[in-house]
Amino acid sequence: MKGQHRFINRRTKVVIWTVILAIVLIFVYMFGILIPDEAVAGSFLNAKLPPSWEHFFGTDALGRDLFMRTLKGLSVSMTVGIAASLIGAVIAVFVGIVAATGSQYADAFVNWIIDLVMSVPHTILIILISFAFGRGLKGLLIGIAATHWCSLARLIRGEVLQLRAEQYVAVSRKLGKSGGWVLMHHLLPHLVPQFFVGLILMFPHAILHEASISFLGFGLPPEQPAIGIILSESMRYLSTGMWWSAVLPGLVLVMIVLLVDRMGEYLRAIIDPYSAQQ
Amino acid sequence: MSLEAKNIYFRYNKKQSWILENCTLSVEKGECLAVFAPSGYGKTTLAMLLSGYLKPVEGQILLENKPLPKKGVCPVQLICQHPEKAVNPRWRMKQVLEESGTLHKDVLGAFGIERAWLDRFPRELSGGELQRFCVARALMSGADYLICDEISTMLDVITQAQIWKVVLAEAAKRNMGIVAITHNKNLAQRIATRIIDLSHSV
Repeated sequence: MKGQHRFINRRTKVVIWTVILAIVLIFVYMFGILIPDEAVAGSFLNAKLPPSWEHFFGTDALGRDLFMRTLKGLSVSMTVGIAASLIGAVIAVFVGIVAATGSQYADAFVNWIIDLVMSVPHTILIILISFAFGRGLKGLLIGIAATHWCSLARLIRGEVLQLRAEQYVAVSRKLGKSGGWVLMHHLLPHLVPQFFVGLILMFPHAILHEASISFLGFGLPPEQPAIGIILSESMRYLSTGMWWSAVLPGLVLVMIVLLVDRMGEYLRAIIDPYSAQQ
Repeated sequence: MSLEAKNIYFRYNKKQSWILENCTLSVEKGECLAVFAPSGYGKTTLAMLLSGYLKPVEGQILLENKPLPKKGVCPVQLICQHPEKAVNPRWRMKQVLEESGTLHKDVLGAFGIERAWLDRFPRELSGGELQRFCVARALMSGADYLICDEISTMLDVITQAQIWKVVLAEAAKRNMGIVAITHNKNLAQRIATRIIDLSHSV
């Protein structure tokens, strides 16, 4: 970069992109929340309409506008995604720190639990947990959170183990600081990037799982306009030629997931100390 | 009133041979002991043992005939060879210094630490500048003994002289004991009241 006067450097560009993505996502989310229930009310007069200017995504078999329903479903999915990945990330940090700072037995136990949870396919585990907690939003949240903390917990454990071996931590102890003080002032601040990046990269997983579990009928109740519900309803009418009711909402879901994933990658590029200096 | 190592044995794991075998030395308060040895003779290990970072496999480290305290500010402070590893890279230098107590202006002045440096991050300072912070931090903790593990090896000659001058002056003022571990025989002869050569005595 020496001698080269670029108006915008790479970091600034990444920051701008991240902000744009965040704004888009927030806009979709707010829009979904603000849509009144009347907008997604059924009307048999305009049932099974293909996409047009009036109904961007067409209407479903009950005459509900699919565009509005998709947006509303997205905001529901995003709520589930945010809540579940937040819970998962907090569990991960807690468990990771316990494993790295506790006794050897605690460490072995945590690793065993992580292996156990990771060895069972997520979808099956979420279905079981969600079913046990009475389905609905609560069951889904607990199911997704309980299966997605593992890899982040491993990452945090490794990070804490590495940090604890640092000389400045040993110096801090010799200067009379307690273990708790060291944890709060030396260790936790270093975990912030891992926490946020882990959180955001967990988010698309959570959304996809929410959709797939709802699609299979073990998640959200059918009256809720979630993407999974829309897709599972559309299956019934696919053979009648209503391609739009499956393709368009599905496409939007994939788009949102990709957007969030990209944002996570960008965010990592910004705050990860290994790449933040570029 | 002394810091002593009594017949200490040390090795990092059981498969290794002893790094330190039956090593005994003591430092009085107000004394500057230079430990001199070529590479690989366990100088740094000795420094870490004396300051309590490592536990001897056999033998004892005694401070005034008692083992080193495990809690609270340790009266024996180690200043290490690599200052960039001994400070948290995410902290501003001011925070680093305040970890060992409130800032004293006279210490800053004595080490030639400029005010502007206090708001910088460790990576924005050179090794020599960082080492001044580490020495100042150890001095500010109110330690009775300083273990200096090659603290001036990476510094230019002028800075070396400057830092040692301050350390020795401060040690004389507070009647501190110093163990200076070094490669440099001339430096050892210049600063020490007593010299131990590990390659002969062990």
